[in-house]
Amino acid sequence: MTKTRSLRWSLPTLLLAASANAADMPLNMTKGVTEISQRVYHLHMTIFWICCVIGAVVFGIMFWSIVRHRKARGVQPAQFHESTKVEILWTAIPVLILILMAIPATKTLIAMEDTTEADVTVVVTGSQWKWHYKYLEHDVEFYSLLATQKEQIANRFAKGENYLLEVDRPLVLPTGKKVRFLMTSDDVIHSWWVPAFAVKKDANPGFINEAWTRIDEPGIYRGQCAELCGKDHGYMPIVVIAKEPAEFDKWLAGEAERIAKAKAEEQELLAMNMSLEELMSVGERTYTAYCAACHQPSGEGLPGIFPALKGSSIALNDKPAHIDIVLHGRAGTAMQAYAKQLSLKEIAAVITYERNAWGNSTGELVQAADVHAVMQGKGE
Amino acid sequence: MSAVVTDHEHDHEHHDHKPSGIKRWFYTTNHKDIGTMYLVFALIMFFIGGTMAMVIRAELFQPGMQFVEPNFFNQMTTVHGLIMVFGAVMPAFTGLANWMIPMMIGAPDMALPRMNNWSFWILPFAFLILLISLFLPGGGPNFGWTFYAPLSTKYSGDSTALFVFSVHIMGISSIMGAINVIVTIFNLRAPGMTWMKMPLFVWTWLITAFLLIMVMPVLAGAVTMVLTDKYFGTSFFDAAGGGDPVLFQHIFWFFGHPEVYIMILPAFGIVSSIVPTFARKPLFGYASMVYATSSIALLSFLVWAHHMFTTGMPVFAELFFMYCTMLIAVPTGVKVFNWVATMWRGAMTFEVPMMFALAFIVLFTIGGFSGLMLAITPADFQYHDTYFVVAHFHYVLVTGAVFSIIAAAYYWLPKWTGHMYDEKLGQWHFWCSLISVNLLFFPMHFVGLAGMPRRIPDYALQFADFNAFISIGGFLFGASQLIFVWVLVKCARGGEKATAQVWEGAEGLEWEVPSPAPYHTFETPPVIK
Amino acid sequence: MAFKHKPLTTKLVFIALAMFGFGFALVPLYDVFCDLTGLNGKTASTAASADAAIVDTSREVVIEFIARPNKQMPWVFEPEVTRMTVHPGEIHITNYLAQNPTSRLIVGQAVPSVSPGQAALYFHKIECFCFTQQRLAGGKDMLMPLQFYVDPALPRQFSTITLSYTLYDVTSASTDLTATSSQLGE
Repeated sequence: MTKTRSLRWSLPTLLLAASANAADMPLNMTKGVTEISQRVYHLHMTIFWICCVIGAVVFGIMFWSIVRHRKARGVQPAQFHESTKVEILWTAIPVLILILMAIPATKTLIAMEDTTEADVTVVVTGSQWKWHYKYLEHDVEFYSLLATQKEQIANRFAKGENYLLEVDRPLVLPTGKKVRFLMTSDDVIHSWWVPAFAVKKDANPGFINEAWTRIDEPGIYRGQCAELCGKDHGYMPIVVIAKEPAEFDKWLAGEAERIAKAKAEEQELLAMNMSLEELMSVGERTYTAYCAACHQPSGEGLPGIFPALKGSSIALNDKPAHIDIVLHGRAGTAMQAYAKQLSLKEIAAVITYERNAWGNSTGELVQAADVHAVMQGKGE
Repeated sequence: MSAVVTDHEHDHEHHDHKPSGIKRWFYTTNHKDIGTMYLVFALIMFFIGGTMAMVIRAELFQPGMQFVEPNFFNQMTTVHGLIMVFGAVMPAFTGLANWMIPMMIGAPDMALPRMNNWSFWILPFAFLILLISLFLPGGGPNFGWTFYAPLSTKYSGDSTALFVFSVHIMGISSIMGAINVIVTIFNLRAPGMTWMKMPLFVWTWLITAFLLIMVMPVLAGAVTMVLTDKYFGTSFFDAAGGGDPVLFQHIFWFFGHPEVYIMILPAFGIVSSIVPTFARKPLFGYASMVYATSSIALLSFLVWAHHMFTTGMPVFAELFFMYCTMLIAVPTGVKVFNWVATMWRGAMTFEVPMMFALAFIVLFTIGGFSGLMLAITPADFQYHDTYFVVAHFHYVLVTGAVFSIIAAAYYWLPKWTGHMYDEKLGQWHFWCSLISVNLLFFPMHFVGLAGMPRRIPDYALQFADFNAFISIGGFLFGASQLIFVWVLVKCARGGEKATAQVWEGAEGLEWEVPSPAPYHTFETPPVIK
Repeated sequence: MAFKHKPLTTKLVFIALAMFGFGFALVPLYDVFCDLTGLNGKTASTAASADAAIVDTSREVVIEFIARPNKQMPWVFEPEVTRMTVHPGEIHITNYLAQNPTSRLIVGQAVPSVSPGQAALYFHKIECFCFTQQRLAGGKDMLMPLQFYVDPALPRQFSTITLSYTLYDVTSASTDLTATSSQLGE
């Protein structure tokens, strides 16, 4: 198997290069950075060339006929209309070609589906519209959200190099180890796809699916959700950073420490009161990242799909119910439980924001301790 | 079917005068009138669905959001798909069947004329409901034309009930149309018109009609389950209640794959009529064409899960569906070889119907090649749900099904109107369509291979140049179809008088009646030589 | 005229109706198919008999336990152990911890899924909290037991079996809740 040194996807053939006017975009499937992805690439190219040859022969005969056998040349039409010999031949030859194609395809498929003896297992959970990663043998888990600014999408800021393909926290994986993915979903069907690994597997709610990869080269690899999952389907990218095993272990330990520290800080926070300005600024940031996709930046929601927060009686009056919904979600709707996704500070801030923005001027502050109380079941 | 229409019908059925004014169209049971209505309806739907495609292409012209919101974008892709499949391609084929099948088999009319009237007239209401849903709060269906659960159940908007109702009506219309075709072909063939003398268009439609009554009810079942899951608390597709979202995909594609052939088999029939006419040579391998069509139809029930390789199936199931799918290439190949062999040593001329038929053969075959590539499961993991798939099914549906319908329209227009269409304008229409459709769909292969998922309203910068290019192709293709309307209007209003045979090489019963075909044809069955 | 067409039309209408029925028949057929092939990793929803076969001490199988509350389910839901090494045929018990942090009664339903799918056929549950709905009052917690064994007939290619539970809030759909909720004054 040839090794690709660079991450750039290869430009394949003269035929394809003929229409190359976008220098930035590769014109062919990526060779990728795993043994499997390269086998898939070669399979793809083999079939592509077989199709080209068949096409050249069939269309060649057809165009020859179009040029030669035209009435304008004064030819007399022949009257033959069957030939058992020829018909058997052109049924049998394609069958043989198909068998030749099926052999490597079968071998590659069996290799792709062998998820045994993995070194690292990551549970990948899709939800509208973000990914959650959990390292099964470690206490490390986090959400991974689109990091592209809303202003870039709305064409107010210039678009960055990795527009729509950047996340706040990428998935980090070790090179040279067999990594197993267990895919599942919290709501609708998503599909986790990283072209460089040739891994695309649906995340089905309530079920788990398996896939695996063994990355050959350290680097940054990008992918996207590949199954229509609602409004922001186009905005849930995947970024994987592959590191050497030693560096990966270091990262994993650091990450575990960071998560533990954040939990400890939460406890300290319970005794503190934050100011309205601070809550509003943290709240606005959190709202934009987690809430605005559905409830809209204006707080007006989308009629018939997502309810408005602006002027809503819960956001204006019932504070405990408001906290409860943000923490625990609302069954049977798209509203999810944020208790495990956001910190106490962020939840307190976002609720304060929702109760004071867009003319919802309750003037009420919600502190981390209030949220904690509802969490402990003492809020009502 | 109903007391409302019956009384009016009886008077007209066997007299050669047609009622005048708008009532003629509401009450008609004449296969030619109904055929015309189906075709006009399909054309209108083609433009409505096409307008939605223009919205999609305008939004995708540049990265970033310019014209529409993501939610509306999803409604556009969904309704574009539904309208093109159920509103444009299928009614166009039904219209052609209505017009041509009785004339091709020497029958006076369709077997069940009153049902025929109903099966057409419920169709506009189905699409009216679908289009109205776009203007409701929350908008219309936004879950893709494949409406995968639970996106279409628990997470869909309030208009889902309208969507379900609309699909039910479309389904009933198709099933009634299909029953009519089968009964007509079984019972009303002229004496001497044996099975193996039937024109291939009749054969392919007969097989299509059987596919329709086999799978449209399954679609009806699927939407019913979506309806009860969403509104009546069942859990067919909800894991929490013991259901399974993947089950939805199995049911949907059990319908969906035969549906794909429903949209292409009549096209095979059309091309098999046109190529011999303009090659002035009998169709090569008539019998093998019939067998190939039947085996494609049978295989279509065994390959549905190739749409679902990424859902996670046991290896043996993936292999089974991969092998069956690859096998479809064999009968499809036989058809293409037969067409080429029909041309071989013929004496060809290249009027517009022939041009579209030739373009069909080449471009449909390209769609077939990408289909074969998609069948290879390991590679499918990379192609699945990318623009490669979008390119594939537009090659088989636009340059396949739609091109064949346009070819059929040019081929039979003189028979319908009694006038020749404007050949020069028709050639303009052909060349503009041919060039723009390839600008539109060919680059999608590259965009897909490079990694652009389908159904996204916005994309990474590397895809920008190609998408701008594709959008321009799209606008040109849309504009080219205005030439078609021009040709149609011009031909309907006048033009050079057409002879009964119209085309020098044309053979078949439809060419033995005068042009335009009289309101009633073959009231006494013809004699088949 | 119409009379001549009636028999065939009736038959075709019957086929269409039968196919509509077939669409629904696909639902139980699918379950049967899943049971036979392990498609989708569905496990039996009823208890297996406890008289297990002979223990096969010649090999070990790793069982991984994954528990996930659905994102609308406020419960804390975790397995007591995340990994267990067993011999095929041995009967084991493990517990899952469930805690309801809210102040209201919530009914949960755990949905199992086994990967690789075919291994689901060899994973037998003698007792499982997933067989029934679980009720937990606000602020309370409980241990939910799972008793299982791995069939000694498990093909050798499977060395790891992953058992995943997704826990759903089914309070609103739960049938026996009416009495309780009026009691709580909701």
